[in-house]
Amino acid sequence: MSPIPSTELTSRIQPAATPPSLLRNFCIIAHIDHGKSTLADRMLQLTGVVDQRAMRAQYLDRMDIERERGITIKSQAVRMPWAVEQDGTTTPYALNMIDTPGHVDFTYEVSRSLAACEGAVLLVDAAQGIEAQTLANLYLAMENDLAIIPVLNKIDLPAAQPERYAEEIAGLVGGDPADVLRVSGKTGAGVTELLDRIVATVPGPVGDAEAPARAMIFDSVYDTYRGVVTYVRVVDGQLNPREKIVMMSTRATHELLEIGVISPEAIRTQGLGVGEVGYLITGVKDVRQSKVGDTVTNASKPANQALAEYHDPRPMVFSGLYPIDGSDYPVLRDALDKLKLNDAALAYEPETSVALGFGFRVGFLGLLHLEIIRERLEREFDLDLISTAPNVVYEVTMEDRSIVTVTNPSEFPGGKIGEVREPVVKATILAPSEFIGAVMELCQSRRGDLQGMDYLSAERVEMRYMLPLAEIVFDFFDQLKSKTRGYASLDYEPAGEQAADLVKVDILLQGEQVDAFSAIVHKEKAYAYGVMMAGKLKDLIPRQQFEVPIQAAVGSRVIARETIRAIRKDVLAKCYGGDISRKRKLLEKQKEGKKRMKTIGRVDVPQEAFIAALSSDDSGGKDKPKK
Amino acid sequence: MTPALPDGEVPPPDGHLPGWVGQATPEVPGFGVYLHVPFCAVRCGYCDFNTYTASELGGGASQLAYAQTALREIDLAARTLEAVGRGSREVGTVFVGGGTPTVLPTEDLVRMLDHVRGTWGLESGAEVTTEANPDSVTPGSLARLAEAGFTRVSFGMQSAVPHVLATLERTHDPARVPEAVRWAQDAGLAVSLDLIYGTPGESLDDWRRSVETAVACGVDHVSAYALVVEPGTKMAVQVRRGELDLPDGDDQAAKYELVDDLLEASGLAWYEVSNWARTPADACQHNLAYWRGADWWGIGPGAHSHVGAGERAVRWWNVKHPRAYASRLEGGLSPAAGRELLGPAEVGLERTLLGSRIREGLAVASLTARARTAVAGLVADELLDGRSALQGRVVLTRRGRLLADTVVRALTD
Ligand SMILES: Nc1nc2c(ncn2[C@@H]2O[C@H](COP(=O)(O)OP(=O)(O)OP(=O)(O)O)[C@@H](O)[C@H]2O)c(=O)[nH]1
Ligand SMILES: C[S@@+](CC[C@H](N)C(=O)[O-])C[C@H]1O[C@@H](n2cnc3c(N)ncnc32)[C@H](O)[C@@H]1O
Ligand code: SF4
Ligand SMILES: [Mg+2]
Repeated sequence: MSPIPSTELTSRIQPAATPPSLLRNFCIIAHIDHGKSTLADRMLQLTGVVDQRAMRAQYLDRMDIERERGITIKSQAVRMPWAVEQDGTTTPYALNMIDTPGHVDFTYEVSRSLAACEGAVLLVDAAQGIEAQTLANLYLAMENDLAIIPVLNKIDLPAAQPERYAEEIAGLVGGDPADVLRVSGKTGAGVTELLDRIVATVPGPVGDAEAPARAMIFDSVYDTYRGVVTYVRVVDGQLNPREKIVMMSTRATHELLEIGVISPEAIRTQGLGVGEVGYLITGVKDVRQSKVGDTVTNASKPANQALAEYHDPRPMVFSGLYPIDGSDYPVLRDALDKLKLNDAALAYEPETSVALGFGFRVGFLGLLHLEIIRERLEREFDLDLISTAPNVVYEVTMEDRSIVTVTNPSEFPGGKIGEVREPVVKATILAPSEFIGAVMELCQSRRGDLQGMDYLSAERVEMRYMLPLAEIVFDFFDQLKSKTRGYASLDYEPAGEQAADLVKVDILLQGEQVDAFSAIVHKEKAYAYGVMMAGKLKDLIPRQQFEVPIQAAVGSRVIARETIRAIRKDVLAKCYGGDISRKRKLLEKQKEGKKRMKTIGRVDVPQEAFIAALSSDDSGGKDKPKK
Repeated sequence: MTPALPDGEVPPPDGHLPGWVGQATPEVPGFGVYLHVPFCAVRCGYCDFNTYTASELGGGASQLAYAQTALREIDLAARTLEAVGRGSREVGTVFVGGGTPTVLPTEDLVRMLDHVRGTWGLESGAEVTTEANPDSVTPGSLARLAEAGFTRVSFGMQSAVPHVLATLERTHDPARVPEAVRWAQDAGLAVSLDLIYGTPGESLDDWRRSVETAVACGVDHVSAYALVVEPGTKMAVQVRRGELDLPDGDDQAAKYELVDDLLEASGLAWYEVSNWARTPADACQHNLAYWRGADWWGIGPGAHSHVGAGERAVRWWNVKHPRAYASRLEGGLSPAAGRELLGPAEVGLERTLLGSRIREGLAVASLTARARTAVAGLVADELLDGRSALQGRVVLTRRGRLLADTVVRALTD
């Protein structure tokens, strides 16, 4: 018998007409790169929703950036049919699978997806074992009370050690190592069994079909052609085409222009019933009118109690984004507005910089998020951008008790400061036990506080640290990898704030502060930062016709100093008839270049110098999108 | 390697000039002829001029056939200028440059000059210069040139110091320079010496010695150029390999100040960034014409030409290789390889660019309103001479001569 349901069976699992007992909602969660999207590919094929010809690797990673970087950024939900034979009868099921991202910046995507499911496939690379995001996502799934199906992936790899890691996983999830499924997303081995196991283990959704409709919005995406597409999971009742719906948080009423499921292309349906996952189109143009976490109900028979609300993720990292060509500012503003439609986590406000002109202070979930947004802005909107060194947000209490929130270091207040608080995170680091010393040393140098340590197995240890966010956001992960020969993994989550001895270091060119280079650093690191930045600028700023002092200062105290010597000669001595065209073109080019110069005081600084100084090699992130 | 030609549009095959050249003629500028001789006995390691050392270049382009080919371009020039009504101007300056013109038989140089004279006529008192290497002349050849109408010779001395000459791969004996100068002076020719400063390994004292030696020759004109390591030259390769140090701008600035001091003290005054003359009459009128934006026709492979018409102008340049040059002319075609039509913006830019290099400077009134606002700041920075500015002229100070690029950028913003 084929596990793909026959036409007759399929009629029993039509959207809006499938009994909850025949529905299975699950997501695939894992550490980054453990093979979620590849496994999803095999499921799409085995269930027949994508045929051989149309198949391509990581089918659900549709965005250009996802494909180029080989990572998933947005969750994707897909409805797939599956038939299971038991005691001589074949039963059709509608599976709803959600492929999730693995990168720590997008943990919020995972939690949204989990809220729409009753089960989770916890995928572990059989050559790597458990890593930090495996734990993080597992905890999230357990908190949501999901049925967990532990699976070892990539068993085709020669380096796979399924026995060893089955043991580790069983130790974590509970249960017998023999129950840990072994699959290969690459060859497809074990995937049929996994689908059967999902049907057997994941409970069908529970809801009241007769109650007023309540559907949870778990994603909301802006599409140029269709407007906002809202992804929902129906909890109670039923949503029908062309009826009026209400967003419970805003009480706004919309008409349902279209309703359907994704399989994996959008298919219109006669509605969505209890436990089903699908999409809605109402014609709204802004995702904020169709907010993730909101509850959708019928206008004619509204529910009185909304489902538990879901909060927008808070930006963790801030950076100033400036167009290199000042006249592109309106383009940048429109571009951010457009991306925001799709990305509730993106927050921004206009700001001006003496050095960089008009731009925006933008909040991101992390460095990868920053990089992706920046890349999309540059690519999709044809912008050339400078981004300032990323920073976290600080809360400064003045002696007069007033509180200043600082998202841009140059706005750090100057007066009498009582206390500065910085965000901290709970970080979980998994590493082979031989690297405990190296990890501790690194964390200590980053002002980390060891909270606990557990052996997951004889060789693998979990270390829990409280760390200032500012200390780990930038190059921490690279350092961690290099100190553990690539074996350690990291996960972190916000854990409030702490008071710290922080100061603002300003960089001055000829006595003028260059706002884009101000940084808030721990007192003990101020000197190192000042020396590094002054030295860098000295090499990057071309000599001027006068001497240019560069200073790093904390308040009025200069902590480091460099000097750019005056240039004495720039004339081309030789100038014959034939050199004139060449010279004029050179001059025209220089004048073009001058447009890209920013003047600080009297010092002409080429944009390139700012870019080079800001894209510090040690800011991490760049070229290393993977965790 | 020879220098790359600029980018430009393709000129018409017969090389005719745009019609507007003939129309806008409020005052017709002076007219000079440059004659390029693309041959040298050996190529110096630093040089990227369009020059070749072989006597046979194939396709009929030999050193011996060269003068004949050049005469054809003179005829073409005459027809082309005639067609736009600029044909009846006498020539004010002739400059035979290279390469090393004096590697050709002296009679070839004479023949070319005669042809220029026969075609357009020479103004009375016209300046006729040839470049020469010190070891490519004899008393007899110089006397013959003077007799034929040459008035001036410019020798490539470069340095008086043997190790500097060796680094530059110059083959002449330094002792030959004063000798050649005396021969030329005896023949009644005005003499100029070219010097190069900032050669790797050259000390300030080496440089002082070179300048003093040049002064001691009793010439009335000196050109001193900061060495440029041109891309594609042998010297560029040596620098890349680390065999030679790249010339240092600060060192060259110090040497510029030294040569300026020494020459001024010996009675030669600067009249252009890299040129000094005893009296205004000793200045090279041909080069001044370039900086003043006059018209000139460049004869020869790779030669550039310029014809202005009020707020517009056209510049063009010939094919680089002597063989391509010869075959174009033999086929009755213009040897022009590319050209630029300049509008008011470009012409204005060039005026500032070129005019600021010379001592007479520019009229403040000729600057754009925006550029005028920069003048005060440049005076304050001691880049422009304050007195001249008060009299309405933009004239570089010595510091300004060294930072002329900065000044020009400020004046063309
Ligand atoms: N050999 C082998 N390679 C696999 C298998 N599954 C996935 N891979 C490879 O592992 C890499 C990551 O696969 P993805 O499916 O993109 O992983 P992911 O978990 O979706 O990654 P993120 O979405 O970025 O978290 C790719 O190079 C896959 O080809 C497998 O079963 N065997
Ligand atoms: C075209 S050369 C002709 C003179 C003659 N062939 C000779 O070299 O004696 C003109 C002058 O340009 C200068 N020159 C050539 N190449 C140079 C370079 N790379 N940097 C600075 N000056 C250069 C030299 O001073 C040279 O005398
Ligand atoms: S002799 Fe003059 S033109 Fe010839 S290669 Fe040397 S510097 Fe250049
Ligand atoms: Mg993926």
